[in-house]
Amino acid sequence: MRVAVLSGKGGIGKTFVSTNLAASTRGSVYVDCDVEEPNGRLFLPCESAASKEVCIALPTFDPQSCTGCRACVDFCQFNALAFIGKTPRLFREVCHSCGGCRLICAVHAVGEQSVSVGSVEVGVSHGVQVVTGEMNVGEASGVPVICAALAEALRLHSELTVIDCPPGSACTVTESISAADYCLVVAEPTVFGVHDLGMVLRLIQTVGKPCGVVINKCNGAFPATELLCREHGVPILARIPYQKELAACISAGRLAVEESEEIWRIFTALKERIGGAV
Amino acid sequence: MKVVIPVDENGKTVCVAFARAPYFLVCDTQADQGELMENPAASAQGGAGIKAAQFVLDTGAEALITVRLGENSAQVLQEAAVRIYRSMDGDAEKNLDALKKGALSELTEFHAGFHGRA
Repeated sequence: MRVAVLSGKGGIGKTFVSTNLAASTRGSVYVDCDVEEPNGRLFLPCESAASKEVCIALPTFDPQSCTGCRACVDFCQFNALAFIGKTPRLFREVCHSCGGCRLICAVHAVGEQSVSVGSVEVGVSHGVQVVTGEMNVGEASGVPVICAALAEALRLHSELTVIDCPPGSACTVTESISAADYCLVVAEPTVFGVHDLGMVLRLIQTVGKPCGVVINKCNGAFPATELLCREHGVPILARIPYQKELAACISAGRLAVEESEEIWRIFTALKERIGGAV
Repeated sequence: MKVVIPVDENGKTVCVAFARAPYFLVCDTQADQGELMENPAASAQGGAGIKAAQFVLDTGAEALITVRLGENSAQVLQEAAVRIYRSMDGDAEKNLDALKKGALSELTEFHAGFHGRA
């Protein structure tokens, strides 16, 4: 079973929920798809991890063979090419590596170069197989690194794969949930939290995945969150209390399921409810 | 010398945007009339600055008069040695006159682009 953990607004508790969910099942896989700043490693540090580079293909243009027909420039759906002087000029950040310009060139003047955009690290920690995607600083898109991290994670066999998604509800999140069987949305009982919960529930509805909500940092009822879940027909599977001890545990980089009986029970019950829904 | 000026729907007012302007006025310092052409990049999904700058290159223009310019457009134009001038208050015609008199200053600051957002 592959469970994607997402939230929209940052700081709600995606990593808290996903690392603890993974840690509560021996042999599970945890994959950190927040490739701009992966932080699962703080709670699941790996002693020896194997790292692989993630590369994308970018076009190269041979000025000797180029006839200046501009078929490549006209073809590019992303407008990543401009024809200046005698050859096409690539705007790297706009290129989506589709390979179309290379295919369309009648005189084979378009070649390919491989460029590193990040890395994927695989290791073991607290009985969990940990896969971490990390994007190189300055890259325009985290999507290629997320794809590579997910590919690595899906190669590992496990009863439970937890996908720690990036914040937001755009391309990187859509890519991260693409392979999931179930979406676990972490919500926060605040006005900002409710706003982003709505955005994320709409995204999940659009891609058509089953989902459930976990309300984190709960210290009493928050009607707006409950109402929104009811409106979307989405079940609230668990409520995690807002406790100083939990915050201290997190600040120290420790897993709450290993320190608190109550949290262990909450996550065990949560896992069962998700399993029942898939 | 051919000059391009991004203009609004009315074909006269200088548009605040370059890459997303609805029309480009392609005029000549030697001629009276300019030609109003549709901007092919106006509704592009992405890379609008690059596409619009390519359009300017393809007209054979040697200069662009604009309110502002994104860095991708600027790179294309600079690599093709097209002069970039900062538009002054007033309509396109007034700006063209100012250019003829040498009263326009060059635009040297470029923004990071809007990447699809307003």
